[in-house]
Parts: sequence; structure tokens; C-alpha cells
Amino acid sequence: MSDFKQTFNSSLGKKLIMALTGLFLCTFLIVHVGGNLLLFSNDNGYGFNVYANFLTHFPPIEVIAYLLYACILVHALYALILTIGNRKARPIPYASAPKSPTLWSSKNMGLLGSILFLFIVIHMGDFWYHYHNDETMGFKEYRTNLATGMTVATDYRPETADFEHSVTTQGDVEIVRVKDLHARVVSSFSNLWYVILYVIAMGALSFHLLHGFQSAFQTAGWSHKKYKPFVQFVGTWLFAVIIPLAFALMPIVYYFKSL
Amino acid sequence: MNLTLKVWRQKNASTKGAFVTYKADGISADMSFLEMLDVVNEGLIHKGEDPIHFDHDCREGICGMCSLYINGQPHGPKRAITTCQLHMRTFHDGQTITIEPWRAGPFPVIKDLAVDRSAFDRIQRAGGYISVNTGGVPDANEIAISKVLADEAFNSATCIGCGACVAACKNASAMLFVSAKISQFALLPQGQPERYNRAMAMVEQMDKEGFGSCTNTGACEAECPKEISLTNIGRMNRDYFTAKFLKEEEEHKS
Repeated sequence: MSDFKQTFNSSLGKKLIMALTGLFLCTFLIVHVGGNLLLFSNDNGYGFNVYANFLTHFPPIEVIAYLLYACILVHALYALILTIGNRKARPIPYASAPKSPTLWSSKNMGLLGSILFLFIVIHMGDFWYHYHNDETMGFKEYRTNLATGMTVATDYRPETADFEHSVTTQGDVEIVRVKDLHARVVSSFSNLWYVILYVIAMGALSFHLLHGFQSAFQTAGWSHKKYKPFVQFVGTWLFAVIIPLAFALMPIVYYFKSL
Repeated sequence: MNLTLKVWRQKNASTKGAFVTYKADGISADMSFLEMLDVVNEGLIHKGEDPIHFDHDCREGICGMCSLYINGQPHGPKRAITTCQLHMRTFHDGQTITIEPWRAGPFPVIKDLAVDRSAFDRIQRAGGYISVNTGGVPDANEIAISKVLADEAFNSATCIGCGACVAACKNASAMLFVSAKISQFALLPQGQPERYNRAMAMVEQMDKEGFGSCTNTGACEAECPKEISLTNIGRMNRDYFTAKFLKEEEEHKS
């Protein structure tokens, strides 16, 4: 075991931890953005609320969720450890500003990461914390006529305090009762400041991943001339353009809907 | 050309340094940067002042001795050159040039602009070699090596150990140097017996010296006078992790 400890305490090992946790967070983003696209379906939050309910009540997902929180903390902690080490390696800074040609994002990963960490705390406080701990969060009842496919949404008041969710059928009508996280999304994203915060954070995400995704492959030693263009392409277009753009559109669309 | 120089002056490693401004007048545009400093130093000696201490040796870009962080770039502006290959025509008349030593904890200042780069020697000693039997000279083409690999290994071997990569890196990381030294042997058959031990030993020594980590910004690659590429760092990482996670060399010992 001590050999593993030595490996992960080396400069390369610490970077490997950054790379692997970072890549895991990247795969999470794909799932997160995919699920949240349900916000764009015009169904009174039916799809989104059922999805949120699934995520919080399916045990394997819950296990992965805690792995995910751990990864965020480890990624941030090691970034801090590495930054302190890197600062120590140059006790006296240069007087003239460095002019070596480098990408802006690659030199500002710490700043971008700090913005993202702050955002994650606010974001989880607003949605995750409320979903898990807010007793006053409302419920919705969706009655779907399975014959016609029409869904009618109404507010639902649980009969017991510890009610979580239920799926029942009455003849052709399926009744789904779930926590109304969608209402929280609607109210949060009607606040302009909130929308601005989200858009800025997604800008930071874009630049963070523009460098981070392809850099993780180099750090792990998975660099090969043949695959590098593919990794660069995915890192740029999927992780630095499509995903942040899709996320940023959610608060923007909801803000304009609220006007 | 008339220039203003802001030069870092520092008596030795234990005293604090500061910038001193000098005039460099009547400089020819055809002089190298080091010849310009020679002219300034001549003036200082005539005035009875202590000349500016800087490293130099071959003055033809192959020894890796000259350093100098000039206006925010190791070896000054222009790609793929050392300071001795930098000519004054790169600057314009009346320009102010800031000259600093390499800044890195493992490179303590010896005097003024000269730094102690023996940390590199210690990394090399840790594993930057191959074991060859003494005796008769081996036949030149005894071991077949593909041209591509031979060229690749040679490109890595062109590293002159000047330390510009460390100077350019925002983390003062030595990974480009170490990876080049690991790669030049890892690519060739002669380097295979010690390949994985070499990667482990040299990385361990690099960490011991106190160099920073790699953020993959590519500043080192851009400033390297010998154009050593980041591919070497990827190869070093691969060899290191392969050594640490996959190799079981001491199976029969325990």
C-alpha cells in the first residue's frame, strides 16, 4: 500500500487524481445536461419532476451521487494542494509579465475552478438542499389518460408529512404524485441575478473544460498522435461549447418565460 | 542603438537582490544579446564597478549554459533560440529591456543573473543513463532501429538542459526536461532494461528537488530552444504510471 501512497503523493500522481476525478465529473455533466433537457419539454414539469424523483430514489444513482460529491471535493482539494506546491516552486516571482504563448484558460484553471466551486455550492444549496430538506416544497399530481396520452397537472397536498411519491392507476388514468422541483426552477430562474450567475458560471465551465478535458488525457499519459485530434474535438465542441451552452440556455429560457 | 537595461543584481544566494538600471549606448544591431552585455560590462569595469554576472559558454546555441529571462520570456523573444543566438536587431532603439535570472526554488541565484542548475544534474544522475558493457566498440548497426524511432529519440536527445522550460512554466515545473531525458532512452532498444526504473527514479528526484507540477499550458514547449514537444511529457507520464501500476519486477523476492 505504501507504494500506492508514494505514487499518489508524487507530482504526477497528484495530477492523475486531478485528471481522473475531472474526467468523472465530465461524464456526469453529460448525464446532467441530458436529463435537464427535460426542462425544455412543455409539460408543466412532468418529465423533469419524475426524472428528479428517479435520481433521488434509485439506489445505484444515489451511490454514484455520493461518489460524485467526493470527486468534486477531492478535485478541489488537490487543486489547492498542487497550487500551493507550484507557488512554492517559484518563491520569487518575475517582475515582467510572462509573454510565453499559452492559452488563457490553461493559466487560469484555479480561478475558473474557484468560480465553479462557488457556483456548485450555490446551485446545490438552491436545488439539492431544498429537494432533500425543504418540508414546504410542494407536490404536483399528474393525471395521464393512457388512452389519449393527455396529462393534466394539479397541485397536490400530501396527507402525511413523510409522503415522497406515488404512482397509481384509476382505470385508464395514471396518477403520478411527485415533489415539484420544477416550481423551484421556475421561481429561481425568474430572478435576473440568478440567471446572470448561471450564465457566468457556464462561461467559466466552458473555459475550464476547453483546457481540462484534453489536458486530463495528457496527464494520464493517454496521449497518442492518432487520437489527439478526436480528444481535442470532443473537448472543444462537446464539453466547451454544446454542454455549457445547453446549460446556460435553461435559465435564459425560463427567465424569458417568466416575463 | 541606445537601450535602457533593468538588470537583476544580487550578490549571492543569501542576500536580497534588486533591479539596477543601466544605459547601453552605441550598441550594434548585429551584436548578440550576450555581446551587448559584454559591452555594458566593459563600461562597468572601466568605471571600477562590479560587472553583471551571467552564464555563457559556447555562444553557438548548443551548450545550454546561457539563460536570462528577457522581457517576460526565457532567452528573449523569438522561437527556438538560446540567448547567445538572440540578436540586438530584435529590439528597437530606445527600448527598455528587463533582464531577470531563471526564477525557481530549485534554481538558487549564484550571483546576479546566474543560477545554480545542478538540480538537473542530480535528476540525470538518478536515472538518465544506460548501462553499457566496456570492451570493443559494438558494430554500428548491430541492433536494427526504425528510422522514425531513431529520429524521435534524437529529437528528445537534443535537449541541452538549459532550464528554459522551468523558467517559462508558471509552476516552475521541470517536466519537459525530465521527460525529454526519459524519452531519449525509452524510445530506443538500448534504453529498455532500465526504462521503468529510470522513469520512477528521475520523477522521484525531480519531486525531491522541489519543481512544480505540470498544468499542460505548453509554455515550456513554446520557449524550448530545441523545440522539445509536450509529447515527451505524455510519454513520461505513461511510463511512470505503467511502472507504478502495472510492473511487478520483484515477484520472487518476498
